[in-house]
Amino acid sequence: MLEVDDLHVYYGGIHALKGIHLSVDEGRIVTLIGANGAGKTTVIRAIVGLVKLNGGSIVFRGKDITRHPTHQIIRQGIAVSPEGRHVFQNLSVLENLELGAYKLSTAEFREQLEWVYSLFPRLEERKIQVAGTLSGGEQQMLAFGRALMSRPRLVLLDEPSLGLAPLVVEEVFRAIEQVNRQGATILLIEQNAMAALTIAHYGYVLETGKVALEGPGAELLKDERVRNAYLGD
Amino acid sequence: MTTTIFLQQLVNGISVGSLYALVAIGYTMVYGILRLINFAHGDLLMVAAYAAIFGIGIFSNPWIAFPLAILITGCIGVLLDRAAYRPLRNAPRISLLISAIGASFLLENLFLVIFGGVPRPFPRPDFFARVIEIGGLRIQVLTIYAPLITILLVLGLLYIVYWTKAGKAMRAASRDFETTRLMGINLDRIIALTFLLGSCLAAAGGIMWAMKYPQVNPFMGIFPGIKAFIAAVLGGIGNITGAVIGGFLLGLGEIMIVALMPELAQYRDALAFVILILVLLFRPTGIMGETTVE
Repeated sequence: MLEVDDLHVYYGGIHALKGIHLSVDEGRIVTLIGANGAGKTTVIRAIVGLVKLNGGSIVFRGKDITRHPTHQIIRQGIAVSPEGRHVFQNLSVLENLELGAYKLSTAEFREQLEWVYSLFPRLEERKIQVAGTLSGGEQQMLAFGRALMSRPRLVLLDEPSLGLAPLVVEEVFRAIEQVNRQGATILLIEQNAMAALTIAHYGYVLETGKVALEGPGAELLKDERVRNAYLGD
Repeated sequence: MTTTIFLQQLVNGISVGSLYALVAIGYTMVYGILRLINFAHGDLLMVAAYAAIFGIGIFSNPWIAFPLAILITGCIGVLLDRAAYRPLRNAPRISLLISAIGASFLLENLFLVIFGGVPRPFPRPDFFARVIEIGGLRIQVLTIYAPLITILLVLGLLYIVYWTKAGKAMRAASRDFETTRLMGINLDRIIALTFLLGSCLAAAGGIMWAMKYPQVNPFMGIFPGIKAFIAAVLGGIGNITGAVIGGFLLGLGEIMIVALMPELAQYRDALAFVILILVLLFRPTGIMGETTVE
């Protein structure tokens, strides 16, 4: 569904991504783990055209989307729940969700809204509340829900567990699995390698801008190197 | 001072204030999204006034000429963004500011070259020029229509900003460009819409200004532009309601102070700057401004 090949990105003089490749098959949860600064977020930003590419190609559903403008990439059926959540603090929960469904008709919007509310009932309870007043966990649900509003085929989730209490993390991960079972493909970026690999079908380990290791989630969980570096064994 | 004169001045102040308000909205909207003081905004008043003069010359009907002039000015506002600001989206903000000042000089001098510096009379349509008498007050109807038109336009604008999808996208963009793009929203189009709306309101203000002070020249937009900018700061720059309140307060304050203390009449224009300095010193966020702007 998504094929990323030989991606190169420079930030000033720093070679942030050094020929990343990854592929996400339809219906899967694929995760990208790695330490801080390994380039995980840059991969997502590169896919949706928020950073300048210095080389490589990105193909989504057979169509080359390399260097397309961000809004056009999103309209192909990719949604992003960005790192740090970035909900629109000055808008209400419902308005945030409406913007997620910017290109949908009113009927489609209602349908999606019902679905997102069923995934995160808390959002419905707080729909008229200004998003800036939500708790961190609720903002994460909103960022995720907002991404789902566009009827995406592929959801890019950047660090959904960052700064959340363990109980909330569990809730978010349960939602990821549920959304995936209902047909959405997921590319999950995580520092919480244990949680991510547990639910992922396939995983990539990123180290200083390169794919150091890849394999099915369960296998990576057992891998000596992964255990030493990311799981604290 | 008699009650009649007092009321006369009160009405006058509200009327002038409404024009400041209309122009201030454009400053505040563009600032809200681009964090840019669009110095060329005041010149759009002048553009609208010329467009209206030629519109009336061609159609001799203000109901065709004025909306057309407003639309043309709106498009010039969009063009301004496209040519002077959009290429600098990722540049440091100071470059944008310099570009804005350049655009302002360009508009003024372009009109000077094309139309000359001799002020042109503005053909005031009878509809606005009539004088009516209410309880001993003799008032030109424009003085009454101006605030009414302003309120209608502001209500329309608030509807767009708060109830339509595009308006919500504008408010989102005022906080976070990247995430707005991630919603599949064409950010450049939203910014263009912001310029269109702000410029159309400034044009409406400019046409009424030209009817009030019917001398049209290439530099006529500078002073009302600066005043409206001060009104926007007074109200809390970035906040639409604040700009409207700031506009009315500034217009009212200017006229009333002169009415109450005629010896200060010469300082009328300086008053606005005194207000600007005081606001910046004691409440930089303005009346409606909070720690964050919307």
